[in-house]
Amino acid sequence: MIEIADASLVDWSRAQFALTAMYHWVFVPLTLGITFILAFMETLYVKTGNEEWKKITKFWMTIFGINFAIGVATGIILEFEFGTNWSNYSWFVGDIFGAPLAIEGILAFFMESTFIAIMFFGWNKVGRKTHLLATWLTAIGANLSALWILVANGWMQKPVGMVFNPETARNEMQSFWDVLFSQTAVDKWLHATSSGFVLASVFVIGISAWYLLKNREIMLAKKSIVVASVFGLLSSVYLVWTGDNSARTIAHDQPMKFAALEGLYNGSEGAGLVAIGMFSSNVADPTNENLKDFSMKLEIPNFLSYMAFLDWDAFVPGVHDLINGNEKYGYMSANEKIERGKVAIAKLGEFKEAKKAGNDSLATALKAELTSADFQNNYFKYFGYGYFTNTNDLIPNVPLTFYSFHIMVGLGFFFILLFILSLIYIWKGTFEKKKWFMKMAIISIPLAYVASQAGWIVAEVGRQPWVVQDLMPTISAVTKISSGSVMLTFWLFAVLFTVLLIAELKIMFRQIKIGPKH
Amino acid sequence: MFENLSMLALQQYWWVLVSVLAALFVFLTFVQGGQTLLYTIGKTEAEKTIILNTLGRKWEFTFTTLVTFGGAFFASFPLFYSTSFGGAYWVWLAILIVFVIQAVAYEYRKKPANLLGAKTFEIFLVLNGLLGTILIGTAVGTFFNGAMFSLNDLNQVQWQTPFRGLEAVLTFHNVALGLAVFFLARILGLLYFIFTVDNEAIVTRSRKQMLVNSALFLVFFLYFLVWLILKEGFAVAPENGVVSMEKFKYLHNLLQMPLVLVILLVGVFGVLWGIISTIFMNSLKGFIFAGAGTVLTVLALFFVAGFNNTAFYPSVYDLQSSLTIQNASSSKFTLVAMSYVSLLIPFVLAYIVYFWRAINSKKITDEEMKEESHVY
Repeated sequence: MIEIADASLVDWSRAQFALTAMYHWVFVPLTLGITFILAFMETLYVKTGNEEWKKITKFWMTIFGINFAIGVATGIILEFEFGTNWSNYSWFVGDIFGAPLAIEGILAFFMESTFIAIMFFGWNKVGRKTHLLATWLTAIGANLSALWILVANGWMQKPVGMVFNPETARNEMQSFWDVLFSQTAVDKWLHATSSGFVLASVFVIGISAWYLLKNREIMLAKKSIVVASVFGLLSSVYLVWTGDNSARTIAHDQPMKFAALEGLYNGSEGAGLVAIGMFSSNVADPTNENLKDFSMKLEIPNFLSYMAFLDWDAFVPGVHDLINGNEKYGYMSANEKIERGKVAIAKLGEFKEAKKAGNDSLATALKAELTSADFQNNYFKYFGYGYFTNTNDLIPNVPLTFYSFHIMVGLGFFFILLFILSLIYIWKGTFEKKKWFMKMAIISIPLAYVASQAGWIVAEVGRQPWVVQDLMPTISAVTKISSGSVMLTFWLFAVLFTVLLIAELKIMFRQIKIGPKH
Repeated sequence: MFENLSMLALQQYWWVLVSVLAALFVFLTFVQGGQTLLYTIGKTEAEKTIILNTLGRKWEFTFTTLVTFGGAFFASFPLFYSTSFGGAYWVWLAILIVFVIQAVAYEYRKKPANLLGAKTFEIFLVLNGLLGTILIGTAVGTFFNGAMFSLNDLNQVQWQTPFRGLEAVLTFHNVALGLAVFFLARILGLLYFIFTVDNEAIVTRSRKQMLVNSALFLVFFLYFLVWLILKEGFAVAPENGVVSMEKFKYLHNLLQMPLVLVILLVGVFGVLWGIISTIFMNSLKGFIFAGAGTVLTVLALFFVAGFNNTAFYPSVYDLQSSLTIQNASSSKFTLVAMSYVSLLIPFVLAYIVYFWRAINSKKITDEEMKEESHVY
């Protein structure tokens, strides 16, 4: 009954999804944040009646439009890829996962597309206040779009509010509110949107700094810096707070991901946080080449225990505790989980056989057993583990997760510093005299994108090998198709998106060079 | 309130909603149809600018409707989503790619330093209009002619041809629907120009184009419709869900659901009246009739495909793998939850219509193109 796709198909399918998701995420965070910056600026225009603010709003709106178009282009692929490349997944969880996607379309996308048209074309067609309302609704619509897809993603990281139905061989929703308000989903949305606010603020400050460095558009640049620095500072503090919450949720629900992002192999009480670390080429564990030793690390004692469980002495499990099990602290071994998963899969197979043979009484008994609370909690919970034989396959890529996490966090704190200095210098009127700072602000733009992408690598690489945590591994989620077909579409998208990205960047740079219309 | 509905009633309610989205989408492909007429109607740069701006203010609605159609189908009939998208891989990816190139084309065409040049972005728009409509129409044709797949015990799809859906073009009836949608989109595009543009050359050329496009539309549409009425269909036995072939199934559906027959006839009449009043009576408002007629016609075709114990996504490889609104749907819980969300749809439609009218209150002119701050 169980068919596992060949490795190259899984790899190409993952590569294609990663490619489209990462390209899409190049454009989304700027949209999430800059729409609010536009709304603030236009609000200032409507409040003060100062035409300068209108000019500033329109300039950033042009930049936004260029970015938005390609964000839309890359987004449509993602939605349909769940079906085209992950069709087994789509059925297994479609009853839960489809709803947020539909709501996203009905409630958020239409809001965004209707009001964006008013924002761009409505200056002379609707009243000033209506136009302002449209700008605000575009920002809200964009961020609501993010909500629904992140609810879906949050559910994959921590499946809640559903029960498995053996008749249909899928998970079915039992509580819409549990899915919507799951801690993981809420954390994800708040963290991802606020990261967009920070990125957009860095973007606006960086470009404004370039104008100041070139000694042009002084008024536009300074006013933009004020808005972006305040918004950026508030957002980044919030970003740290939501990130901190996310870490705790991960430690609780996805301990393997947590161990990977800290490079923690052997758990301990009062575990230290590696603030800075480098892996050597030495393998820490002869059975798994993925686990490398640290060649250098700077550790803050007890901090990891506190971050994970708000207790300086709490036990944080490492990779080995999760694989080999740790009785003392109540962690089941991976082999035990694999055995239980196999029992769940076999039981489902028996049920299907009984149904096929027309043995109704046996089928009814098996269904009752499959859906009993005892079976659900002790066996079905580990359903996905039944697909594995080698416990090493349960460990994500530790160095990639570790580095991405640390780059993201490090840059996050760097941006706070950037916003504070930016505010101080603009307050004192010395911004345009600090050449080093203006250059740093410009360099910060690509860094913001790096941090943003790194965040998603932590989230998605860190949770491998799971598509749905503990229930469905990536290898069983994929559409059965020749890997050559997926390879071909991978390259098609790679070329297409790269060409469009280059076009986008060229247009964007040129528009910035041209500057606002006088 | 939705909790008290039967499972079947909920499935039917969601089939209606999915059909409405499909119908609105086909109506909104006037954007795609209009794009394919860029060079036929727009002879000068100024004319092309007007055409692309009158369409460009609406392209996102078509795009968003397509995305929402996908999302709503996923939520309400996930087995269709996993079977068709995963199975007919190449068809859907081809459709997606032509929508990707559309999304950037409006914004980038006129911008300096756009890498590919204005002409390339214009070709993107023409390709989107041409392939987008034909491919989607052909794919929907398989609702009536079936596809080559089977489902295993876990409801996972196995596609039975290496062409992954592209084999649909081998059935002319599918292609006829694709071409009918294509020419209908062009008619709607022409009617939209006549309805919204204040430029004599564009309006005159659009009127001239109406005749040939209407004739071609009628050829393919009538072929599709007549063959549909005469052909065998995929019937589902209501007592046990067994699928079998039934002669004149779709004719029976129309006769057994007289309301659907009326919707179809009114729809076709609306499209014809839109065409006739424009060609022979110089009307400027043909777009309204043809647009409303399109919505009703597509709605009726979807009802014929899914209601009255019919398999809406049949498998000709294994009849019993065919999808029906009953075996492909979400659980009752999800359908109920989504039904509450659907109560917001009238509100969404209301604000779309309100702001659509605000933008369209005046006809688009050359002067506006010179004054407007955001021009495509």
